[in-house]
Amino acid sequence: MEIPKSFLGYKRENGRVGTRNHVVILPVDDISNACAEAVANNIKGTFAIPHAYGRLQFGADLKLFFDTMIGTGKNPNVAAVIVIGIEPKWTKRIVDAIATTGKPVEGFSIEGAGDIKTTMKASQKAQEFSQWASEKQREECPLSDLWISVKCGESDTTSGMAANPAVGNLMDKLEPLGVHLCFGETSELTGAEKICAKRGATPETSEKFMKTWSDYNNFILKEATDDLSESQPTAGNIAGGLTTIEEKAFGNFQKIGSRKFIDVLTPAEEPKKGPGLYFMDTSSAAGECLTLQAAAGFNIHLFPTGQGNIIGNAIEPVIKLTGNPSTAVNMKEHIDLDVSKILKREMNMDQAGNELIKTTIRAASGRLTCAEALGHKEFIMTKLYRSA
Amino acid sequence: MAKTDIIIHDEKDNVGVVVIEKITPNQNYSCWIMENDKTVNIQSLNEIPLGHKIAMVDLNEGDTILKYGHDIGKVVKSIKKGEHVHVHNVKTKKW
Repeated sequence: MEIPKSFLGYKRENGRVGTRNHVVILPVDDISNACAEAVANNIKGTFAIPHAYGRLQFGADLKLFFDTMIGTGKNPNVAAVIVIGIEPKWTKRIVDAIATTGKPVEGFSIEGAGDIKTTMKASQKAQEFSQWASEKQREECPLSDLWISVKCGESDTTSGMAANPAVGNLMDKLEPLGVHLCFGETSELTGAEKICAKRGATPETSEKFMKTWSDYNNFILKEATDDLSESQPTAGNIAGGLTTIEEKAFGNFQKIGSRKFIDVLTPAEEPKKGPGLYFMDTSSAAGECLTLQAAAGFNIHLFPTGQGNIIGNAIEPVIKLTGNPSTAVNMKEHIDLDVSKILKREMNMDQAGNELIKTTIRAASGRLTCAEALGHKEFIMTKLYRSA
Repeated sequence: MAKTDIIIHDEKDNVGVVVIEKITPNQNYSCWIMENDKTVNIQSLNEIPLGHKIAMVDLNEGDTILKYGHDIGKVVKSIKKGEHVHVHNVKTKKW
């Protein structure tokens, strides 16, 4: 197959390209969710991203909070942003950082005004943004404007046999075209960590990966109260035939094909070394991992599943594929691409990779993914420790 | 192409994965090795569902399970060729 050279995307003020044209109402903290949701309810073409945090966080945890909030607002899938917080200072900090992209953004703080007056003022601005964004048109953009993140979930042995290597095949074909790629799941590489480290593009990158993995593993060993048998692998993984974390890790690792990674990113960190594959230090919980990847600027996500994880994301379209023939039938409404024919040897990896490229380009150009059609908008902050 | 019941990732692997709905005891099944495109046969001893593993050789306590050509855990209860390999007889070496 000749790989298509372009997709239809939204060109943003800073040169990045969005696969979506969202107008987001972003609450700074838990207690501003109500106001943000009231504004989104008033103004069509907008939606709120409620979450549980943003109060009394400090140190590295507070930095990660800001990186996640700011990165979400800066993501090119977002056309314009209304930020609503209880206090003006943190609200302004987020607004000012998002404004560096050149996109329309305005902040409102509730203290001293109350929910109702704030909702009114913010709704007026949200209406303006929504109507402005509604006139944006998709334009032809090179595939190199795709920033593709990957993460697998509810994996089983079919993931390592079919869906994950299909993603790897796509990576092998798209990386030479200048696409940004990102994988994460630090803890789920356990058992394959030494093999993964060898994929670092330089000795420094490999070393950085091993340090990142060791830090995460030491944290797990410190906090673990049993043998983790209820958590890794999960009950779903075990039902699907996965026996150990090592087996899960080698299946997981198939997602990067034969690529090497050029840098190791901290959670939500924007890649700065140009096109290529990046590893990001993330938890292996799907909601947390995707939220961090979206905050780093990735604009479309590939999610292979075995037993049928149903995750979506607030701002990044999530494409699901499965190699499990039962999941493809029983959970059909969640599956964008069925590659289970690989198991019957009626489809080879080259064909599966090509089908996935076609599916990805269609979704990037505007076709709703299953998760979007079903209303999945998960936004899950990674919290490092208790608040002060 | 011959019907495939079990897929083995790597020639070095001592387990294969069932890719049909299930296999039943005391039947002959066809295994395809992805890495070198060879086919081998195996006699099953247990019923094993889709996605679960079958032992390709006799395995003793302490032996290493190889899949993808790599170490994925240790045998904690001896396993006969053709038996179901899973959490009841294999454990992680990591946690």
